Amino acid sequence: MIHSLFLINQSGDIFLEKHWKSVIGRSVCDYFFEAKEKAVDPENVAPVLQTPHHYLISILRGKLFFLSVIQTEVPPLFVIEFLHRVADTFQDYFGDCSEGVIKDNLVTVYELLEEMLDNGFPLATESNVLKEMIRPPTILRSVVNTLTGGSNVGDTLPTGQLSNIPWRRAGVKYTNNEAYFDVIEEIDAILDKSGTTVCAEIQGVIEACVRLTGMPDLTLSFMNPRLLDDVSFHPCVRFKRWESERVLSFIPPDGNFTLMTYHVSSQNLVAIPVYVKQNISFFETGPCGRLDITIGPKQTMGKTVEGLMVTIHMPKAVLSANLTATQGNYSYDLATKVLVWDIGKLNPQKLPNLRGSLSMQAGVPRPEENPSLNIELKIQQLAISGLKVSRLDMYGEKYKPFKGVKYVTKAGKFQVRT
Amino acid sequence: MIWKSTSDSEMFFLSILPLRHDDLKEMLDSNKDSLKLEAMKRIVAMIARGKNASDLFPAVVKNVACKNIEVKKLVYVYLVRYAEEQQDLALLSISTFQRGLKDPNQLIRASALRVLSSIRVTIIVPIMMLAIKEAASDMSPYVRKTAAHAIPKLYSLDPEQKDQLIEVIEKLLADKTTLVAGSVVMAFEEVCPERIDLIHKNYRKLCNLLIDVEEWGQVVIINMLTRYARTQFLNPNINEGSAEAMAMAKRKPYVMDPDHRLLLRNTKPLLQSRNAAVVMAVAQLYFHLAPKAEVGVIAKALVRLLRSHSEVQYVVLQNVATMTIKRRGMFEPYLKSFYIRSTDPTQIKVLKLEVLTNLANETNISTILREFQTYIKSMDKDFVAATIQAIGRCATNIGEVRDTCLNGLVQLLSNRDELVVAESVVVIKKLLQMQPEKHSDIIKHMAKLTDNIQVPMARASILWLIGEYCEHVPKIAPDVLRKMAKSFTNEEDIVKLQIINLAAKLYLTNSKQTKLLTQYVLNLAKYDQNYDIRDRARFIRQLIVPTEKSGALSKYAKKLFLALKPAPVLESPFKDRDHFQLGSLSHLLNAKAGGYQELPDWPEAAPDPSVRNVEVKESVRACDTQCGSDNLICQTFLSPFDSDLFSTESDSASGSESGSGSGEESGSGSASEESEEGSDSEEEEEEMEKDNKKKTKIEFKKQVQESESTVKSYELLHRITGEGLSVEYCFSRQPFSSDANMVAVQMQFTNNSTSETKSLHMEDVKLQSGMRVKEFAEIESLPAGESATAVMGIDFCDSTQAANFQLKFFVSIQPPVGELMQPVFLTENEFKKEQGQLMGMNEITEKLTLDIKCRNEHAIVQRVTTTANLSRVPCGSDKECRFAGRTVTSGSLVLVTVVTKDEGATQLTVNCEKMVIGTMLVKDILLALTQ
Repeated sequence: MIHSLFLINQSGDIFLEKHWKSVIGRSVCDYFFEAKEKAVDPENVAPVLQTPHHYLISILRGKLFFLSVIQTEVPPLFVIEFLHRVADTFQDYFGDCSEGVIKDNLVTVYELLEEMLDNGFPLATESNVLKEMIRPPTILRSVVNTLTGGSNVGDTLPTGQLSNIPWRRAGVKYTNNEAYFDVIEEIDAILDKSGTTVCAEIQGVIEACVRLTGMPDLTLSFMNPRLLDDVSFHPCVRFKRWESERVLSFIPPDGNFTLMTYHVSSQNLVAIPVYVKQNISFFETGPCGRLDITIGPKQTMGKTVEGLMVTIHMPKAVLSANLTATQGNYSYDLATKVLVWDIGKLNPQKLPNLRGSLSMQAGVPRPEENPSLNIELKIQQLAISGLKVSRLDMYGEKYKPFKGVKYVTKAGKFQVRT
Repeated sequence: MIWKSTSDSEMFFLSILPLRHDDLKEMLDSNKDSLKLEAMKRIVAMIARGKNASDLFPAVVKNVACKNIEVKKLVYVYLVRYAEEQQDLALLSISTFQRGLKDPNQLIRASALRVLSSIRVTIIVPIMMLAIKEAASDMSPYVRKTAAHAIPKLYSLDPEQKDQLIEVIEKLLADKTTLVAGSVVMAFEEVCPERIDLIHKNYRKLCNLLIDVEEWGQVVIINMLTRYARTQFLNPNINEGSAEAMAMAKRKPYVMDPDHRLLLRNTKPLLQSRNAAVVMAVAQLYFHLAPKAEVGVIAKALVRLLRSHSEVQYVVLQNVATMTIKRRGMFEPYLKSFYIRSTDPTQIKVLKLEVLTNLANETNISTILREFQTYIKSMDKDFVAATIQAIGRCATNIGEVRDTCLNGLVQLLSNRDELVVAESVVVIKKLLQMQPEKHSDIIKHMAKLTDNIQVPMARASILWLIGEYCEHVPKIAPDVLRKMAKSFTNEEDIVKLQIINLAAKLYLTNSKQTKLLTQYVLNLAKYDQNYDIRDRARFIRQLIVPTEKSGALSKYAKKLFLALKPAPVLESPFKDRDHFQLGSLSHLLNAKAGGYQELPDWPEAAPDPSVRNVEVKESVRACDTQCGSDNLICQTFLSPFDSDLFSTESDSASGSESGSGSGEESGSGSASEESEEGSDSEEEEEEMEKDNKKKTKIEFKKQVQESESTVKSYELLHRITGEGLSVEYCFSRQPFSSDANMVAVQMQFTNNSTSETKSLHMEDVKLQSGMRVKEFAEIESLPAGESATAVMGIDFCDSTQAANFQLKFFVSIQPPVGELMQPVFLTENEFKKEQGQLMGMNEITEKLTLDIKCRNEHAIVQRVTTTANLSRVPCGSDKECRFAGRTVTSGSLVLVTVVTKDEGATQLTVNCEKMVIGTMLVKDILLALTQ
């Protein structure tokens, strides 16, 4: 299966290598570098590459490439999914998945990789199991360790791997027992020039943070589960119960995890929280263009729209922008040609507006296309699909836990064509 | 020698200054763990950065037996990395691992095997083989899992061990734990994927375990089972396709093998997995195996994956593209999910475009074309070119829109971007070939473009068009040739070839105007640098210019050059890719990757389905041999009846038996009659005891053979782990005398060793909060070869949590949920009343299909009462069976109803105040009734 792993930074340095079978020389990465050169944008590197003797499967996370070397047939998604799981684990352990952090924790990273794969086949990928074997570094512990010579490796052997609920570690104890659930919905939409919806759908996710003593058995039920069109679950959720009763019944992992993701189909009308009036034009005569954007609230369900931000990838010919914003700040990055307008809170009484002129490179023909606008926003205390959690029950333990549910709506891939 | 004076400040410097290898060696030789650890950390960091640390090998290997667990782990890391290079020195460490293999702690045994099998030193192959064989029959499933992992390692080190390894794989395939299943199938795939016969007996078990296997194992198992199913079952879509197949189907209507159905049914819930690889694996299974009408379910799940990371999208879209060619209807409802955003990476855009093109049909083409129009304006020119090709393909496939597309493309000819124009020309050329006569004005328009367009492919296409249809544009064609002749020397090779081509065609149709021009072009070509062009010129001159020498061929020159050419078929690059198993690397690359297993074609006639039948007897026998002797198991089962507890035991057993009393089964019928009489008066009971004992003995033996005994025994301590002492336990289902809230557990101790075992008692009881245990009386001594029984009581608090304790060795008892209750007797009316109060959340209903062997009342009653300690409630209807019980600790009612309908369709209802118990009970009964 997975033969070797190389971690590569943006500038093309290999700063970590790990082999699960015989060692494969670094030169194999040259094929990857070649492909990376060709694809101007790092995003455009094909995830699967074929070389004379090996296959290279890579993912891009943050600014790092995780490049794995394969020698025989294996489902590519298997490898991709695993690499993302590795990156998730780093994120979980160190709070970040960047070159600096990985270099600082090189030994822990290496130990993690050793436990996650055996002979190229995934062994322990559950964060709860890994944390029993290799403790995540904390400042306090590293200070204590330098003074006492203690270690980060758990001295108790992991029992999680042995149980039939491998996602939960045994003997969990808390003084404050709490279970929080965040229902986060993202609106994916494409609006056309006139503001009509080309396509729109809602993607939701329930992130949980559960700190409960013992082996609690939780049941989460919704007011309106029929809304959910398509769902995927953490392995802890009992699928049968969902099929028959539409409730989530599960013994949770300890700590943070994604309980479920769901999809609300486009058949139901999706509420679009804002409208955009825009006019971007490039003049035939003279090297300049004009830009005028106004944003206003549409269907916000009476809540405030926050964190509003507009990102525009301008054509290469746009040299600079001379604009005035009635609210928020704008910036134009000359190198990447990205215009960002950070608006903040949307005030329905005084709509934010950005207007002004764009100066173009002389002698270059007028761009054919107007750039599309990508919009980010956030609405607190609202799940735009109308999904509501009705109750959370706990069985199997005697104490009373503290429970909470929070709703947030965000813009996902929200694009306005011009 | 910095560290000898270890003050904190110097330790601090240590961590900053780079150290030479000599310093590291001395640190490793010191007797301080902290120094060793520091040194090992540095060494591992060197390995991680790809620096060579091999000359430290002797110093490191000495620490393999270090007490500090982190040092030890890091030494393992080092060993696995360098042992291959320093084989002789690596041998020094072997004995440590061999010792580890014998450790009483399963995790240490497992880790020793893991490292031992990972150091690639050929000389230890026999040791590895031995260790794997031993571990494969270890009592800990975790060690067995590690053994499964070690198999491919050994195989890659020494392929000659294959036969022996297959034996181990065969053994592990029969394992019933979910922990082992994924790993052993992975080993199977790497070592002997061709031995499909090993799967037969394990097929149903693998299907049933699948949902509980860890996600990576699921992927491997599903992929393997797809291949298996292709060899064993018939094509469910045999009715679609050729007439011959239809005829065959008529002769024999298709009936799906129940095992085929089992696979489809058990994999379907996994479409909801969070792991994209699992979803993809199920999707490909359905695509390759499911009847056409059922494949649709995968579309939704695949579309969901499109929200994931771009790498996942890339792979999923590749597969969707292949699927859309064969089963377009499946993805049509999700058309909009494939719309392209300007922020998508180029490779994703191109793939989405491919899918959209494949999905286009008469009804949605106008929407798709409108969408394409916005794409054409994109800044990403590669993407625009791909869009133009997509439009071309839509136009060829859907006749109604051909003219619209053509007009649209012609408009693009005036686009400012040359690449766009060029791509349009190429596509227009292909479209025009379909109906040239209608479109002479387009050809004229394109002829004009030769002045501006510089892209060679486009120029060549225009020239070819003019040449091919020169009769439609008789005035312009010679003029184009004139211009081309002028610029001939500066053109690219493909353009030059087309100029020659154009000249030849014009010479044949309009020799008056173009004779001289043609001669001129051919002369230029004669001295070209490229020999292809020189050859072509020579060839054409011979053909078209009549000389004395020219042979018979020149007569046919016109036919040769101006033959009617068939219009090109614009095909998807994903056509026919589905002969590769979807989701595989080979499919993605469209080339066979190393180790790829072909997806076999469906067989003409189904192979014998009975090979998958697993006889129940066998499992009992396997259990027999594990227990050591055939006698032993009989003893275990019978001994309870020899004890004082006999009368009550037989009572409760007969109670459930008589409850099922349809009287048709002679053996059990008579036994129950007798015991019923026995319970009538105590005196009679005394008398009958001997007789009864005999009968029950006979009956019990029978039941053991059928493996359906109401009292099932579990292993607590295996005689190997217990160093000769083996313990088995069963839930005797009688009230525990000293405490009504406890479940009675009967234990059977057998001393298989050669010496006497003394003072058997419980120690160190570890329980979850609320649980209580009533210990059994200490057994003072157990002579060699003897057995003894004891009864203990455990209050499980109505949960299936295990009770752990020490019995010389660490053991644990975990009750099946059915043992947490005791029977209660209710009348029909009471039952209905109670059931009415336990509705809503407290009611769990499940639909199921009964196992063929279980389609009579007697069998249902028997299986339910075996699974759970319940008693039967009388009922008027013979289609309905009711059972009632109370949980032992809290006394909550448990009501079970089984309603049978036609052909084994059955509804199972459980009403219980405790939902957890209810859920688990449903699961268990379901399993009992369907298998």
